[in-house]
Amino acid sequence: MAEEIQLLKGNEAIAEAAIRCGADAYFGYPITPQSEIIEYLAQEDPYNKRTGMVVLQAESEVAAINMVYGAASTGKKAMTSSSSPGMSLKQEGISYLAGAELPCLIVNVARGGPGLGTIQPSQADYFQTVKGGGHGDYNMIVLAPYTVQEQYDFVKLGFDLAFKYSNPVMILSDGAIGQMMEKVTLSAQVPRETKDYGWNVLGKSENRERRYITSLYLQSEVMEQKNLKIQAKYAEIRKNEIRYEEIQTDDADYILVAYGISARIARKVIRLARAEGIKVGMLRPITLWPFPSARLKELAPKVQGMLTVEMSAGQMIEDVRLAVEGAVPVKHYGRMGGIIASPTEVFINFKKLFNIA
Amino acid sequence: MAVDIEQYKKDLLAQGAEVVFSKTKNLTDTPFSYCGGCGHGVAHRLIMEVIEEMGITADTIGVAPVGCAVIAYEFWNIDAVQAAHGRATAVATGIKRTNPEKFVFSYQGDGDLAAIGTAETVHTCNRGENIAIFFINNGIYGMTGGQMAPTSLIGMRSSTAPYGRQHDVHGYPLSLTNLLAELPGTYYVTRQAVETAAHVRTCKKAIRQAFENQKLNKGVSLVEIVTNCNSGWKMTAPQANKWMKENMFPQYPLGDIKVPKTE
Ligand SMILES: Cc1ncc(C[n+]2csc(CCOP(=O)(O)OP(=O)(O)O)c2C)c(N)n1
Ligand code: SF4
Ligand SMILES: [Mg+2]
Repeated sequence: MAEEIQLLKGNEAIAEAAIRCGADAYFGYPITPQSEIIEYLAQEDPYNKRTGMVVLQAESEVAAINMVYGAASTGKKAMTSSSSPGMSLKQEGISYLAGAELPCLIVNVARGGPGLGTIQPSQADYFQTVKGGGHGDYNMIVLAPYTVQEQYDFVKLGFDLAFKYSNPVMILSDGAIGQMMEKVTLSAQVPRETKDYGWNVLGKSENRERRYITSLYLQSEVMEQKNLKIQAKYAEIRKNEIRYEEIQTDDADYILVAYGISARIARKVIRLARAEGIKVGMLRPITLWPFPSARLKELAPKVQGMLTVEMSAGQMIEDVRLAVEGAVPVKHYGRMGGIIASPTEVFINFKKLFNIA
Repeated sequence: MAVDIEQYKKDLLAQGAEVVFSKTKNLTDTPFSYCGGCGHGVAHRLIMEVIEEMGITADTIGVAPVGCAVIAYEFWNIDAVQAAHGRATAVATGIKRTNPEKFVFSYQGDGDLAAIGTAETVHTCNRGENIAIFFINNGIYGMTGGQMAPTSLIGMRSSTAPYGRQHDVHGYPLSLTNLLAELPGTYYVTRQAVETAAHVRTCKKAIRQAFENQKLNKGVSLVEIVTNCNSGWKMTAPQANKWMKENMFPQYPLGDIKVPKTE
């Protein structure tokens, strides 16, 4: 069969991927720069015209994430998307999903903050996304796409990981990737199906015990056991699911660490640097949690410095510093407020930060 | 101390007792955690009996709130989901939309449904989700130790309105049920009680109606049940029922508020 290739906006890619990978439901609330996701789904009307996938505009992000919680409880592939201010509202629900160990996909097409901030792209939700955000000890698997193709592919990958580990998965994108248009190779339509996973509520039949979905454990001993079980699962995820890409790190004297739209800038910085004879490479974390700490630690003694390029005041830099354990200087360069630094700007500042003439 | 119910039953039978009533299979043997005389236990029993009598256990999913009924799923012997405080109807929406063939209900207190969950409640009703909502109105936050609820009466004392609720400070008692009845998305709205045998009987009929309605795809069925919270009200159970009759019922009159038009 001929490959199906289409020009899609990053946000549309999320929506099309959801339909094609057999998602059962999308619940969301409009917010720029990601409203095209629900608009595309509404236009396609998969419930009536394609797969029977439910698409519902909720009254708030709070309601939307709780609708996801309900659908996920029954073993359905449910997802939601939003942008930064809406993501803040979803945090309670995300904590419950993690506590109840429910699989689901959450997409954040991030914009600048704090507060109402700006509608321009940003990476300032890193802390919120990988360090908790909601209450309690929990983690989400976090995927960071840097092309529209990855934006598309990570929807299926996200659902697969969510169901493999019974855990919420987040795609942390940004307004630039969400809004840009690129060629996307589409996958074949997968039918929707609901399995009996042994934990999902489907109605109690005579011949089995009742099932319930909860995150409540009133006795501290039981709660601690539950926490230990979740932590063991996280350890398993750390072992199996770390994903990253390396570009020209073999001979590099300096390594740029960047994800999402910043990784595209960083890729250009490598070219500028190499043209001047400075050997720069890049490590691009694809999973922000679990983080490629071990690989960064391995690379640290081979280089003279690492620079994180982030569209924030410097958030991922903390994880890079933790990873290299002081073996190498780690600096940050980035703009805030939705400003995307140019490769030249990053390169000039890289040289300044590392005192390269 | 945990009571071995089965042993206790055997002992009674051995002493010559006769079985005249047995509880529905849809309740577990876990003893209720509710205070004696509290309406939650009766409401649980009625809902579970109706599900058994209708033969829909295998097709029913319940949603428990945050409130005294937070561990309702320990008592309900059916599949259930525990929701975040106030979000039960959003959770129920997610379940029902993706499983339209199932019977779905939420069970919520007044703080859960009419304070923190107001937006979810109103919009679930406005969308006319095909679910049943059971709303336990005891005029107070029972679980957290007797704080003021949106439904607390004027003058009613609680730990956060120790001098009594004053409208100019705390607002008025909120009858969300009456507001919801105004929405085209609600199909059946009624207010019931469970403190007398007669009320238990009519309440059970209303609960049955709420489940039957789900077969029709015509929107939300809302059954409010006015009950006492004797612990929160700082009264004995009989005192609390008397006070409820004299004070709660005038503010929240029992009876049907919106009934399906006969076609
Ligand atoms: C987000 C959040 N806020 C507050 C609480 C604390 N809390 C638990 S139950 C409750 C009130 C419950 O009252 P109601 O819904 O009337 O139920 P009742 O116990 O009276 O049946 C509160 C405030 C919570 N668990 N979660
Ligand atoms: S505190 Fe009130 S609502 Fe809770 S179980 Fe006791 S009487 Fe019932
Ligand atoms: Mg109450």
